[in-house]
Amino acid sequence: MLTQLLNGLQYGLLLFLISSGLTLIFGIMGIINLAHGSLFMIGAYTAFVCVRAFGELWYALPVALAAGVLLGAVLERTLFRFFYAREHLDQVLLTFALVLLFEEARSLLVGNDFYAVPVPAILDFSVPISADFSYSAYRIFVLLVCLALAGLLFLVIERTRFGAMVRAAAANQEMVQLMGLDVTKIQVAVFALGTGMAVLAGALAAPLYSVYPGMGDGFLIVSFVVVVIGGIGSVTGAFWGALLIGVVDTLGKVLLPGIAGMAIYLLMALVLLWRPNGLFARSS
Amino acid sequence: MANLIRGAVSRRTLLKTAGGVSALAAFGATPLRYALGAESLKVGMMLPYSGTYAKLGENINMAVELLVEEKGGMLAGRPIEFIKLDDESDPAKAPENTNRLVSRDEVDVIIGTVHSGVEMGMVKVVKDSGTLLIGPNAGAGAMTGALCAPNIFRTSFSNWQPSYGMGKALADRGVKKVAYITWDYGAGKESMQGFADGLATGGGEIVQALMVPFPETSWQPLLAQIPGLGVEAVGVFFAGGGAIQFVKDYAAAGLRDKFPLYGSGFLTDGVLAAQGDAGEGLETALHYADGLDNPRDTAFRAAFAKKAGRDADVYAVQGYDAAQLLAIGLEAVGGDMEKTDAMYAAMGGATIDSPRGAFTLSKAHNPVQDIYLRKATGGKNLVTGIVAPKLADPATGCSMT
Repeated sequence: MLTQLLNGLQYGLLLFLISSGLTLIFGIMGIINLAHGSLFMIGAYTAFVCVRAFGELWYALPVALAAGVLLGAVLERTLFRFFYAREHLDQVLLTFALVLLFEEARSLLVGNDFYAVPVPAILDFSVPISADFSYSAYRIFVLLVCLALAGLLFLVIERTRFGAMVRAAAANQEMVQLMGLDVTKIQVAVFALGTGMAVLAGALAAPLYSVYPGMGDGFLIVSFVVVVIGGIGSVTGAFWGALLIGVVDTLGKVLLPGIAGMAIYLLMALVLLWRPNGLFARSS
Repeated sequence: MANLIRGAVSRRTLLKTAGGVSALAAFGATPLRYALGAESLKVGMMLPYSGTYAKLGENINMAVELLVEEKGGMLAGRPIEFIKLDDESDPAKAPENTNRLVSRDEVDVIIGTVHSGVEMGMVKVVKDSGTLLIGPNAGAGAMTGALCAPNIFRTSFSNWQPSYGMGKALADRGVKKVAYITWDYGAGKESMQGFADGLATGGGEIVQALMVPFPETSWQPLLAQIPGLGVEAVGVFFAGGGAIQFVKDYAAAGLRDKFPLYGSGFLTDGVLAAQGDAGEGLETALHYADGLDNPRDTAFRAAFAKKAGRDADVYAVQGYDAAQLLAIGLEAVGGDMEKTDAMYAAMGGATIDSPRGAFTLSKAHNPVQDIYLRKATGGKNLVTGIVAPKLADPATGCSMT
């Protein structure tokens, strides 16, 4: 059971990396970004390509983060900023188009094969955690990196001036603008940050899940569940929501294999009945 | 306008008749239009040319072309025209794609495909249209089971067959309690059934089935369950990239020594290099293996490597045999596909001289073939014996048996 909690924790922390960006972008810009799963996929393929070119995953992580941040900033400036004022349907169409574009680009550049990505040589060993079961060192590494990033993000959002601006923008954008703060800068920064996290998550996950076409789709849907459970725009909510989903999904697979696919949606329904705006929603 | 068309038709008919008279003199009873060598045979190649299974589709395609080239570009005197269609391994598009080949392109025969779900869509269409279909890979049981038909053939395997072989090998060693892990889809479940049936020949059983949604790789929680199940071994069905990831994760979880892993050959075919140490020593069962060391296989491998620039694999063998089966049928009727009954009878009764070893077809049109036991050694799936000689699929629900 301890092993399964660890599995759930690891899955949940990875989900947090993806959903933190999703919740911020949704909360501050009001954009429903369906392409967020594709960003995860881009990260995983970036890792695959880097490993193929340089032989080790270490190069892939900074490359993925940098590429993600840059991609986020470029997308925000060239596309998304024209869509803030428009209806959700327009936004959904835009981001869905991006999903198709990203998948097609992936198909042209890397092909449509299912690829395994080797773990870095230095972490290619296992740590026994019970008499009969071992945990790969890389899995533990991912868990720790996710935890560290979550802590870092938390500090930035809760303790820095920039974080205060982001939180304020999530709560009331017009007020922030009236106070004389540069909302444009906040928007670019949040978009770049959210995109960077999703792409990095993909790169970290590549050796654990392999890379294959459409691999981001499943993560996207679960991430939306996390955002809804946690409360839109709340990083804290995304954190606890992701851990909850990770553990419930893992235990569901083990204890109730028949309805494992449903477990997280049942959880979401229950949470929404109890707190319609999510666990950590700011008053709306 | 109408006059022009009528004129064109009559001129063509005239030419044909004229040609026919002279041809009749030369070839005796051979039907006119084939003796003229004018009308090519349209072969629809419905395969995954993109996606997870692209490489498999390409190898099947290459092998079919190889056989036709070896026969001088013609089968039974008819030039072959290939019409390629990428099925994208998407079952939702299968009926539409198959209809396109049947109705728009008016193909004489369809060779395809790799993905079982797509195959089922194809089977349903050709059951109505009566088009000849030869399956070069997909192992869905129903194709030569509940949905079997005179015009549907398969030169690969049924999912049940290799897994039955693996289960039987364990039964022969006295293994009683096994856990089985696979993707929760048709091929996975049918493989599990075969494994269970094989195991049952020695009184063994699958005590726990562990399923992951296709094509996800999130089996970590299931792996963590295995030590608590009280089993002697673990049976598995995964293929392609999923097989690479699974074998590595299984080794990383420290399970391999205590709970040895056995599966159908797709677990290690074409992916051993990527599995590295984690794959070395794995035992699997399949209708093909490395080191068969028969002249037919050696010659085929050399010819395929020359044409494709890469090594042949089980998919190439299956594609090659699909073309061989078509050639046998066509040669029996002198290239005249109108003689449906005679052609299908010749195909059904054929002995196919395959690189895997000669095999025949069951009444349900599925291969009756030897299942080899193999062991991954130095990056090859070396044959160690035949675990189930001349194994036929049970063909449950087939009305032709």
